[in-house]
Amino acid sequence: MSWKIWSLKKSPWVFHVNTGACNNCDIEIVNLLTPKFDVERFGIKLVGSPRHADALLVTGVVTRQAAPRLREVYRQTSKPCVVFAMGACACDTGIFRSGYHVVGPVDKIIREIDPNAIIAYVPGCPPKPEAMISGIVKALSIL
Amino acid sequence: MSVPLNILFWIVVIPGTVVFGLVASWIVRKVSALVQWRVGPPLCQPLYDIMKLMGKEILVPQEAQQTVFMAAPLVGLAGILLFSIMLWRITITETAFVGDIIVAIYLMALPSLALILGSSASASPHAALGTSREMKLVMSYELPLVLAFIVVIIKTGGQLNLAAIAQQTPALSISGMLAFLVALLCVQAKLGFVPFDIAEAETELGSGVLMEYSGALLAVWKLIQAVMLVALPLFLVTVFLGGFRPNLWAGLGKLVGILVLLILIKNTNPRVRIDQAMKFFWFYCGIALAAAIILAIIGNYCGVGWL
Ligand code: SF4
Repeated sequence: MSWKIWSLKKSPWVFHVNTGACNNCDIEIVNLLTPKFDVERFGIKLVGSPRHADALLVTGVVTRQAAPRLREVYRQTSKPCVVFAMGACACDTGIFRSGYHVVGPVDKIIREIDPNAIIAYVPGCPPKPEAMISGIVKALSIL
Repeated sequence: MSVPLNILFWIVVIPGTVVFGLVASWIVRKVSALVQWRVGPPLCQPLYDIMKLMGKEILVPQEAQQTVFMAAPLVGLAGILLFSIMLWRITITETAFVGDIIVAIYLMALPSLALILGSSASASPHAALGTSREMKLVMSYELPLVLAFIVVIIKTGGQLNLAAIAQQTPALSISGMLAFLVALLCVQAKLGFVPFDIAEAETELGSGVLMEYSGALLAVWKLIQAVMLVALPLFLVTVFLGGFRPNLWAGLGKLVGILVLLILIKNTNPRVRIDQAMKFFWFYCGIALAAAIILAIIGNYCGVGWL
C-alpha cells in the first residue's frame, strides 16, 4: 500500500452534497460530528469546498436541476476521491422512483463522466449514523 | 554559544518549528474537542492531513492567474519561517540579532499578504469575498498591533532591538498588560480564529480565501497556519512576557499558556461581522491603547514602574 492511500485512510475529509434529499439523511450526517459519534477521532472532517475533499457524501435522488451540479462538483474534487451514496434515495432513488423530477440514482450520474469512479453505498431511510461510520470504514479498508 | 551547538541550531530550527507547529495545531483541535465534550483526533492527525494533501492532485482553476496562485503559498511559508527563526534565535540562544521589532512587524504581515494575493488570483467569487474581508481585517488589526508595540517600546526605554526587549517584562505593569491583551486579540485575528474567522467563514463562504486550493498547495497553507500557531504566541512571549527567562521550560510554559488562552477565546465566542471587528479594533482597542500609551509615558516620566 502506498503512502498516499495510507494517509488518505487516516484523514478522509468529506464534502456534503445534497442532490434532492428530504433533509433527513442530512440531519443524520450532521449527527456524525456531534459529541456522541465524533468522527474527528478517525480524522474525518467536514470541509466547505469540494477541492479540499477526499470523499463526497451525496444524499438524495438526483433531480433534473441537481444532476449537472453533481457532475460539476465531482469534476472539481481532487482525485483520488470516493463517492458515498448515503441513504436509499441516493443508492437507488428509493421512494421517489416514479417522480417526474428524478434523473436517476447517484452512481448513474457519476459513472456518466467517470466510469472508474469509486462509489460506496450506505442504504437505509435514513441510514443510522452507526451504519454510515461502518460504511465509511468498510469502503476505506478495501481501497 | 559554542560552534557545534550553533550548527545544530541551524539544522534543527526549521524542521523543529514545523513539528512544533503540527503539535500546536493538534493541541488546538484536541482542546476544542475537549471543550465540546468530544474525544478529538489522535496526536499525529495534522501530520496525516499534510501527508494526504501532499499526495493529492493539484487543481488550478482555468481563469486563475497561475503563477501568483502557485507562488503565493510559498512566499507566505518563507515569510513565516524566517520570522520564527528570528524569534527562536532571540529566545533560545539569546544572541543579539540584527533584526529589530520593525522587521518582525513586516515579516508578520507577509503571510496575510500572500493569502490576499493567492486568493484573489484564484478567480472564484467566494474567494474574492473572502479576500475583501481578509483585507479589511488586516487593516483593522494592524493599527492596534503596532500601537501595542509602541507601548512596549516606551516601557523598555526606547528599545527597538528584540533581544533587548526580551530582557524585560513589560506585561508586569498596567499599560503593558493592556497592550498585551489587545495584542492577544490581534493575534487571534491574525490566526483567523473565531471570533475573527471572518475571511474563512466555513458556514457561508465555503472556506473563503482557501476555497480553490487543493493538494500540495493546500498543504502548504495548512503548514503556514500551523507554524503561525507557534510563531505568533512566541512573538507575544518575546515582546511582552520577557522571552524564555528564567529557563527553557518556563518559556515553553508561557507559550502553551498563550496558545490555550487563544483556544479558549476561540471556543467561547461566536463570529463577529467585519464591520463589528473593525469597530472593535479601531474604536475600543484604540481607546484602550491610547490610555496605555499615556500611562506608559507618565510612568516613564515619573519613574513609576507599575504604571
Ligand atoms: S433515503 Fe429516506 S431519509 Fe434519506 S433522503 Fe431519501 S427519503 Fe429522505
